[in-house]
Amino acid sequence: MTIEFKPSPSLPPPQSSVGAVAWIRKNFFSSPLNIALTLFSLYILYLLLPPMVQWALIDATWQGTSKAACTAGGACWAFIGVYFKQFMYGLYPAAETWRVNLALILLILLVAMYAVKAIHKGLLTAVILLVYPVVAFILFAGGMFGLESVETTNWGGLFLTTLLGVVGIVASLPLGVLLALGRRSDMPIVKSVCVVFIETIRAVPLITILFMASVMIPLFLPDGLNFNKLLRVLIGITLFSAAYMAEVIRGGLQAIPKGQYEAADAMGLTYWQSMTLVILPQALKLVIPGIVNTFIGLFKDTTLVYIVGMFDLLGRIQAANHDANWLGTTTEGYAFAGFVYWAICFGMSRYSMAVERKLDTGHKRN
Amino acid sequence: MNEKTTTNTSFFNDAGNRALLFQTLLLIAVMAVGYYLFHNLQANLQTQGISTGFSFLNEPAGFPILIHLIEYTEANSYGRAFVVALLNTIVISLMGIVLATIIGVIMGLARLSQNWLVARLATVYIETLRNIPLLLQMFFWYFAVLAALPHPRNSIIFGDFLLNKRGIYSPNPSFQDGIGIAVAAFFIAVAGAIALIVWAKKRQKKTGVWFPAYWTSIAIILVGTILGFVIAGFPVEFELPQKSRFNVSGGMVLVPEFVAVLVALSTYTGAFIAEIVRAGILSVNWGQTEAARSLGLRDSLTQRLIVLPQALRVIIPPLTSQFLNLAKNSSLGAAIAYPELVAVVMGTTLNQTGQAIETIGLCMLVYGSLSLSISFFMNWYNKKMSLIER
Repeated sequence: MTIEFKPSPSLPPPQSSVGAVAWIRKNFFSSPLNIALTLFSLYILYLLLPPMVQWALIDATWQGTSKAACTAGGACWAFIGVYFKQFMYGLYPAAETWRVNLALILLILLVAMYAVKAIHKGLLTAVILLVYPVVAFILFAGGMFGLESVETTNWGGLFLTTLLGVVGIVASLPLGVLLALGRRSDMPIVKSVCVVFIETIRAVPLITILFMASVMIPLFLPDGLNFNKLLRVLIGITLFSAAYMAEVIRGGLQAIPKGQYEAADAMGLTYWQSMTLVILPQALKLVIPGIVNTFIGLFKDTTLVYIVGMFDLLGRIQAANHDANWLGTTTEGYAFAGFVYWAICFGMSRYSMAVERKLDTGHKRN
Repeated sequence: MNEKTTTNTSFFNDAGNRALLFQTLLLIAVMAVGYYLFHNLQANLQTQGISTGFSFLNEPAGFPILIHLIEYTEANSYGRAFVVALLNTIVISLMGIVLATIIGVIMGLARLSQNWLVARLATVYIETLRNIPLLLQMFFWYFAVLAALPHPRNSIIFGDFLLNKRGIYSPNPSFQDGIGIAVAAFFIAVAGAIALIVWAKKRQKKTGVWFPAYWTSIAIILVGTILGFVIAGFPVEFELPQKSRFNVSGGMVLVPEFVAVLVALSTYTGAFIAEIVRAGILSVNWGQTEAARSLGLRDSLTQRLIVLPQALRVIIPPLTSQFLNLAKNSSLGAAIAYPELVAVVMGTTLNQTGQAIETIGLCMLVYGSLSLSISFFMNWYNKKMSLIER
């Protein structure tokens, strides 16, 4: 007869190490220093939070058509309400704003088709990159198909911010890839051209590039040939972020083991085949966080166009702050703009984390 | 074998030839575009009647500059205005770098804190400031916070400090005879402290006997300096800011433009540095901490001798690029009329003289060399801190 070994059941952990009380003790009161930190944080919260809530929510005025309506002493959100159209579209004619909305809806639909895989991916990419920009430009600028013509100087607000951001992002990525490949090239002239371009751009602030785009480019063009300021600024922003993008992508290219390059060569792939089929898919995946950071930086940098006299979201808010009927509402305007920028940038960074997780094939060395 | 490949590949399929051809084409294209642009530039400058060259730097500028570290009046030349602006850029960059590093280290450590509340507060700070454009933050500080301060007549008073719309006023020290003795005492104390640290390190290496050199040296510097002041009979007088009916006279003033740029730059960059510090500390393997503990090191020593030196290696390269970003971002001060390089040279000077090429070129050159010198210094520091491998 065998005697079966039966361990007696484990005792439950002591009361002081589980549950809410233990959590609070561990996180807030584990040592004298910790207690001091907790009290200090609570004091800061007490200083900041109640007045903010009072100002932004409890005492706020939500509706009204002039500053006189804001009598509660809190935030005057009515200001945002009155100027909302301008903040969104700038001086785009009110009757024509449906065109901007339509272009945005079209873009969202096209991107959504990626997600549901409605049509072939390559075809969809071609439509988005080649057909959509033309359609969007016709919608925005008008002047044909019976659409009223709208000057680019009237484009503004969040619309202009988004336009600068999206075009800059879409154009700077391929340019950055080319520059990064050029910098890693064996050909000395190609390499030095890329290095000089990248390092020059990275050494100077964006403002100088924008000034160059708005003041200097006309000097370099023959008499009579001149193009739109918006386009010049777009080129400036794109070249600027392409240089940063190139450095991020170079990091990815350097992280790919030499064996991958050699294997691609051994299979008889040409340079472009080995890059597009073997190296770049791996390299780009590695540097998604860096690429998205560059995108976020670019999006935030679009605010600088205000300095060269274009009225994006921040520019429109600055302009509205000068309205004599609404003096003293600057904080509300900045809070609104800050929230919009924050939501977009924070959303982008969270999305990049999700993409990173999705593309993670577990090949990382741990 | 070699013979065979050469006969089988045509001229254009040979990799070497193709590379040569491609590069020649690129070179020709770059040169052609460059020549074309240069040609247009000359033609345009001729038709617009703009002379080239830097002779305009000697002409009188004729505009005032709000903040100048060296003597400057409207009668001075553009060249002097350029130097004034350059100094303003350098000052705000250096002060911003110091402040941003302090904020960044504190916030980075706070985000790693055991204390849940502290960690959450630091996270909120970092995620908010990182995701809002710097220009917007600068406008907020300048137009919403500092512009909302009371008029000089109702200044907020903290002791000898005054705070109002026109800026922050503090007592202005003026040095009397005998300050030389106090300064000399300070330098002697510093030299003594350095000698002490060197001696203590040498002795510890030789004998293993430890000496609290850092604390002692701080004490030496403090006591030495105070002693110097006492001997010289306190050769400093403070000119206090005086509040009159409409204005504040006397004292030292920090104008709101300066404060707004400095606060925005350092809090914004501080949020980025906090993330770098956090990543650096997390990158040090937990085993290192455990090993240090099993050697019997105290927690503070574990941090100072084991974790920090290893974390610094990860932290320094991205920190360098944040410093560079801060220096470049100081150019945004132009938007709120802080008289730094872009505002003075590419703004006012360009408008008055029309010398677009020269002014923009000058600015790019300055920022280029500023970036180079910061990265040069940080590379030296990085080399000093990096792992010495066999």
